Order: sequence, then structure tokens, then C-alpha cells
Amino acid sequence: MRAKLWLELTGFALLTLIVAALPRFVSDFRARELAIVGMYFIALLGLSILTGYSGQISLGHGAFMAIGGYTTAILSVDGIYGHQIRDLWTIPIAGVIAGLAGLLVGVPALRLSGLYLALITFGIAVSFPQLPKKFDHFLGGTTGKILNLAEPPYGLHTTTNNWIYYLTWGIALVLLLAAWLLVRGKAGRALQAIRDSEVAAASSGISLARYKTLAFGISAFYAGVAGSLYAIANAYVNPDVFPIILSVYLVVGLAVGGLDSLVGLIAGAGLIYFLQNHADTVARWINHVPALNLDPKQPGIPSMVFGVVLIVVMLLLPTGAGGLMRRVFGPLTSRLYTRS
Amino acid sequence: MLLYAFTWTEFAQQLAAGIREGAIYAGLALALVIIYRSTRVINFAQGEMATFTTFIAWSLMNHGLSFWTAFPVVLVIAFAGGVAIERVLIRPVENAPVLTIVIITLGLALLLNGLMSVIWGGANRQFNGPFSTRTIDVGSVPISVQDIGIVAVSVGLVVLLALFFRFTKLGLALRAAAVNPESSRLAGIRVGWMLALGWGIAAVLGAVAGMMIAPVVFLDPNMMQTILLYAFAAAVLGGLDSPIGAVVGGILLGVTITLLGRYVGFIGSTLKLPAALLLILVLLLVRPGGLFGRVAVRRV
Repeated sequence: MRAKLWLELTGFALLTLIVAALPRFVSDFRARELAIVGMYFIALLGLSILTGYSGQISLGHGAFMAIGGYTTAILSVDGIYGHQIRDLWTIPIAGVIAGLAGLLVGVPALRLSGLYLALITFGIAVSFPQLPKKFDHFLGGTTGKILNLAEPPYGLHTTTNNWIYYLTWGIALVLLLAAWLLVRGKAGRALQAIRDSEVAAASSGISLARYKTLAFGISAFYAGVAGSLYAIANAYVNPDVFPIILSVYLVVGLAVGGLDSLVGLIAGAGLIYFLQNHADTVARWINHVPALNLDPKQPGIPSMVFGVVLIVVMLLLPTGAGGLMRRVFGPLTSRLYTRS
Repeated sequence: MLLYAFTWTEFAQQLAAGIREGAIYAGLALALVIIYRSTRVINFAQGEMATFTTFIAWSLMNHGLSFWTAFPVVLVIAFAGGVAIERVLIRPVENAPVLTIVIITLGLALLLNGLMSVIWGGANRQFNGPFSTRTIDVGSVPISVQDIGIVAVSVGLVVLLALFFRFTKLGLALRAAAVNPESSRLAGIRVGWMLALGWGIAAVLGAVAGMMIAPVVFLDPNMMQTILLYAFAAAVLGGLDSPIGAVVGGILLGVTITLLGRYVGFIGSTLKLPAALLLILVLLLVRPGGLFGRVAVRRV
């Protein structure tokens, strides 16, 4: 197994190099786009720990992202007792607050399984946008809250977009490492045992309550951090910044990336961003099919393209990009293990 | 908490409105339950399927058909569409994990929603229903004919469906395939086609719910999204595998949230949905299988 460990560490180092070098080769605007992909990636890492490793479906992670985003907005605009907090330091606080909310949801989730949990979490996703409308003096109503524009810290000579890129991907890599350590350690084995058979796991002395709630909390922490970064990059929050459909997109990204493949999730995150913002490009490609003439700018086309891609990916690649990677590289690397 | 002057007449009117809402939820919840019983899948595209068929009805009526001539045509189209969706999209992943199938139905919902915007545009449309909106006095309480009609059609449909499941050979086969697919296959029931039939029936139920609610709210591609959520809640409330539960849950939910929204000032119209979901969550913690559902005992 040592060879596998080295392989994974080398992969991680390679990823770090690519991430560090990428902004040199792309435009400022592309760096911003990649930063947002990084935010989705962070949220997907959390969702993977919950759904991929512990087997609990959540259709409400957009709400945890929103909690993170709103925490950052409130702390950096209104502050605590009039004392504003720098946006950078609100990121961990946002993660913790979202994580606490996750623990809170995780407790009733113990009694619910499978689809019931999916429905209840979907209910959370749908209910959340109502809260800012109801408590508008605190959360800013439908207009939302305007944040201060993000700026690189003093002494760093770089553009705002590059700063957000490095900030996001720096955090993403740290959280990727943390997730990797988590899932290959004792907690990860416990979570996978619970996913595969709750009864068997409980009989082996694994505390279902502890690990399932823990998975919810950690997963919501990741989502909260992602939401906080999203709020900072956007410089405003309102209910439309974290729409209901975001929760659906996250599950979609997870399935496309591969449920339990941490690195594959980058592909899922990329797809979420690409289809949300560049569906008209896809529509133009489709127009090359003879006898088809779609107007890429027509409303409805993005959602159609998203739906079709989703169905096709699920039918052709049920294990996602991670599964595909394993199928391609598996035969090569497994030979490596047996030799060592 | 009572903000407004309370009158029994208004209470009765709110109750009637609640039952009308509930009848719609019940129809869609029943569709969800029928698919859930046979395939163990929640169909997230149910709302979009219903709206799509309602748009077809709108188009037919726009071409000069009356409501009651368009109605059966739409039901046939809905049935065929439901069967086709099962055959093409769901059958290939029949044995895949729940999440895969859930995602395919989510994809279908997005696809249908986009398709509706492309074909019919996103604007609100007036949908002329079969019932007039004038009111008649029922024991000195004015209630609109439309509300009575909606409830009557929904109840009639449920009764028809119950008779079909209870007294026909096909209904028996459908129930058998849902409860025990392996034994049913041995008994000569074509389980695969029974599942497709279930999707067809669910699509028909959705189409009826859509055509009933469209005159009340305006017709647009997102018409059914909130209603679908209430239908989920209703189905969970009654127990996901109990058809009677879906109907009772739907009516109960419709009445509860209408009354809560009207008489509890804090909830109003913004917190209706969260309040409903909170109620369901509490109920699920006490009775994990819903009101009428059964909780499976797990075996290793």
C-alpha cells in the first residue's frame, strides 16, 4: 500500500504545482472563473464526505453555503457590536457557524434514512431563501447586503481576481488534504462502514450517532467556507446569490465527479460552473448537428442543456469522472502495488 | 396571535380553500407514491411533467378544442409520455444506487423546464378552466364552483384509481409487482412493464392536477415547483408507501397551511413552506414511517 500512498502524494504535489502556475497562463477574468470553480470544489468535498463516504443524501447544501455567505456578510458589514471584521477572518467563522447548523440538522437526520433525508434537506434548501425576506432588518431582505470589495492584503502586488483565485485554491488544497486524511483514517473507515451497512457497522462497535452527525457537521463546515468565499468574490449576498437550484447543482456536480473520488470532484465543480455560465457555448456546439437550429441566447436553453448533459452522464458514466479515472489508471497503478 | 376579526363564515371559506389546495397536493402526492412503491424512487420531475402536459392542454384549447375534449387527449398523451420516460431513462439504471436515479429525475426536471421555456416561452398564461369562478352558497357560506369542481374531480380520480387497484387483474398485478418483484416475476407478471405502467399512471395523475390548478394560479413553466414540494411533504406526512396516506396527508397539509397562513400572523405567506416542513420533520421524528406508512425492520 506504500506505493499507493506515494502515488497519491505525488498527485497532490502535481495538483498544487498546476494550481500555483495556472494564473500565469490565463487572463485575469479566467482566474476569477477558476476561483469560483474552486469554491464549488470546496463545497463538493464536503458533500462527498457526507454523501459519498457516509451515504447520507443531502439536497440542502446550498443552504449551508448561504449560511456561510450571510455570516461573512453580516460580520464584515455590520460587525459585532459595531466592530467590523476583516473579510479574510470571517471565513473560518462562517465555516464554524455553518458547521454548527449542520450538526443541528445532523441530529434529526439520524432518525431519517435515504429519501426521507433527501426530502427534508431539500426542504431546508427551499425554506432558506424565505428567511432573509422574513427577517429583513437583520439579513437584508430581497435586496441583500453589499460587502466591501475584496482587496489583496497590504504588500501583495496582484489583482483582486488573482488574489481571490489564490485565496480560494489555497484553502481548497488545505481542505482537500484534510478530507483525504479524514477519509483514509479511522473516521473515514467508520463512515464507509456505516454507508455500506449500518447494522454491521453498529455491531462492530461504531457509534452511528456520533459519526453520522460528525459527517453532517464537517460537510456543512466545508459548504460554509465555500459560501463565505463566494460572498467575498461576489461582494454582495441576497437570496438569489444562493438559489434553491444551487443545492441541486451541487448534488449533480458530486455525481458527475464521482461520489467518493476527491480529485474527480474538480471535474464536477468545473461542470457546474461551465453549464451555469456557458450553456450557450454548448448550444452552439449542438447546432453543428444538422437540422438543429437553437438560439443560444434563448432563456430555457441553459436549463435544457444542463438536463441533457446530466442524464447522458448518468447513463454513460454512472460512477462519474472518478470512476472513469479509476478504470483508465487502475490497471496501470495496481501493477505498481503488486510489485512493491 | 389572532390578528384579524374572526368569523365562522370566513373560517369555513378558508377551510374550503384549504381542502381545494389539499386536493391538488393529494393528486400529485399520489403520483409520487405510486412511483415510489414500485421503483423506490422519488420522481423529482413529477411537477415538470405535470406542467408540460398542462401546456399541451393549453395548446390544444388554443386551437379551438373545448376543455373537456382536450382533457382525455391530454391524459392519453401523459400516459404515453410517462411510459416512454420509464422505458428510455429509468429502465437502464433500474439497479443503480438511489442517488443515480434521483439525479436522472432531477435532470429530466431541468430538461422539461427548459423545453417548456423554449416552446411556449416563460410568460404567465391565462388557462381557462372548466369551472366558473362564481360562488354558490353552501349552508350560507359562499364557496366558488371552481373549488368544488377541483375537489370533486380529484376525489373522483382517487376513487377510480382505488377501484382499479382493488378490483382489476391489472391492478392486482401492479400491486404485486410493487410488493414483491421476484415472486411476481415467477408468477408470470411482466414486472418491467408494470413499472412502466406505474409511471404512466403517475403522469396521468400529474396531468389532472396540473389542469385543475392552472386556472387558479397562472400557467408558466415553474407553476408546479412549489406545489411539488407540498406534494412531497404530503406524501411523507402520509407515509411514502401508502396511497391512502398520500390523499389524507395532502388534504391535511392543505388545510393546515392555509389556516396557519391566515390566522397565525408570524407565519403569514412567507413562512408557510418552512412551517409545513417543520411540522413534517417533527412528525417524522415521532413516527419515522409517516402517518400510514410502515417502518421496515432491518435484517442483516
